[in-house]
Amino acid sequence: MLKKRVAATLVVKDGIVVQSIGFRKYLPVGKPAIAIEFLNQWGIDEIILLDISASLKNAEPDYNMIKKASKKCYVPLTVGGGITKVDHIKELMHCGSDKISLNQAAIHQPGLVTEAALLFGDQCVVVSIDAVKMGNSYEVYDYLTKTTLKKKPAQLAKELQSRGAGEILINSVDRDGSYLGYDITLINEVCEAVTVPVICCGGAKNAADFIRVFSETTVSAASAANFFHFSEHSVNCTKANIIKQVPVRLETYADYSGNPFDGSQRLLKKGDKELEEMLFIRIEKEII
Amino acid sequence: MINPKIVIVDYGVGNTHSVSNAIGSLGYKKLKISDQEAVIKEADALILPGVGAFEACAGNLRERHLDTILGELVLVKKKPILGICVGMQLLATDSEENGLHAGLNWIEGHVKKLQLPPEYAVPHVGWNNVKFNSREPLFSRNSDDSNFYFDHSYYFSCDDKYVAAFSDYGIKVTAAVQRDNIYGVQFHPEKSQTSGLKLFRGFFNSI
Repeated sequence: MLKKRVAATLVVKDGIVVQSIGFRKYLPVGKPAIAIEFLNQWGIDEIILLDISASLKNAEPDYNMIKKASKKCYVPLTVGGGITKVDHIKELMHCGSDKISLNQAAIHQPGLVTEAALLFGDQCVVVSIDAVKMGNSYEVYDYLTKTTLKKKPAQLAKELQSRGAGEILINSVDRDGSYLGYDITLINEVCEAVTVPVICCGGAKNAADFIRVFSETTVSAASAANFFHFSEHSVNCTKANIIKQVPVRLETYADYSGNPFDGSQRLLKKGDKELEEMLFIRIEKEII
Repeated sequence: MINPKIVIVDYGVGNTHSVSNAIGSLGYKKLKISDQEAVIKEADALILPGVGAFEACAGNLRERHLDTILGELVLVKKKPILGICVGMQLLATDSEENGLHAGLNWIEGHVKKLQLPPEYAVPHVGWNNVKFNSREPLFSRNSDDSNFYFDHSYYFSCDDKYVAAFSDYGIKVTAAVQRDNIYGVQFHPEKSQTSGLKLFRGFFNSI
């Protein structure tokens, strides 16, 4: 059966992965290539790399950065930021990206969505929509002008699906970096409006948030950025908890299935007696 | 073969660099991405990568005369070839993606739109299990519970005798086809971590 996907979003600013808080504050994390290598080793299902400085500077995608970053990426890599022409997508596909994400283009030049889908197939075109809560409803947010559009994210998603988008990435601006959990209402509105797979992002704190969004909405993938960066084996540990309730793919030898976790899904130390009796077993590296 | 000359056929669209990264990580040094006849002719094994719409891919192949160059190598000289995703679909007789378009017709079959019950999203995106009809040679190193990464809206419909593996997504989706020296996989082995690398190893070891 098809598994729910646990994805990681890497927000890149001036060539550095950053922690993004509310689309306003950015704290440096490290080099994209290193983040991608580790996420791969920890068994992530998909990586979405969004370069937020490219559009800001009106620049093309940073092909060199993508080429370096993708070197050790053996899971699908979606790249967004600065794409305004089909030629940019062609070049990105030659630099190690597998799918592309359109955000500014989706708002201001929706024709590019169709053009890209006709050339690369709809499955290659991800449309990323930023949503902000206005009273009881949601509006599309333009991060460049820092203004909202008088349009509902679900409505925009539906329009862009008919123009050829193969996946919708819905990002909650309010929840970004907040650790408050996914915005279930927003995600449900978008999922109900489209038939293509939806990826949600913004607000994940731990595995419980993934379990909730997978159980209460029909998203195909849930993505997190910040919380994967700051603890060792964050992806495997998260999956160890999710898989108790929702089927996900396991990749790594360390699956943490027998480890205790606390209420916040943090890994607990094993009991002293258990540690005392523990044997060290040499794991032979699997030769492919 | 221990160290075959591998050529990833570049026909304009396609995630050539991703495929090259994955195969390169297995230690294959004689690895090239090319659309040049002289380079392609030297290959021991060919890879036809894919991320693209069928019409654009088929058109690009013909424009670069790759259909005749590859046809001679694959059908006459029996060079092994592995098509990935739309690269696999190109092996078919035709495709109905955005109108009817002719493929290479190396494995008789039709590429059709996924028509699924409403609870199944299309495109079919994500990690899915694959069931094997025939393990040799592609899946010789993969375990029964292997997951591969799929990303497609159209699927290869053909006679069961060509189906090496399938996947369950509301219907039986052809996951791998094979006929003599011609192989194709619907999923992306270059993006399926260990499972995918094992598939590449199985393919190159068999030639």
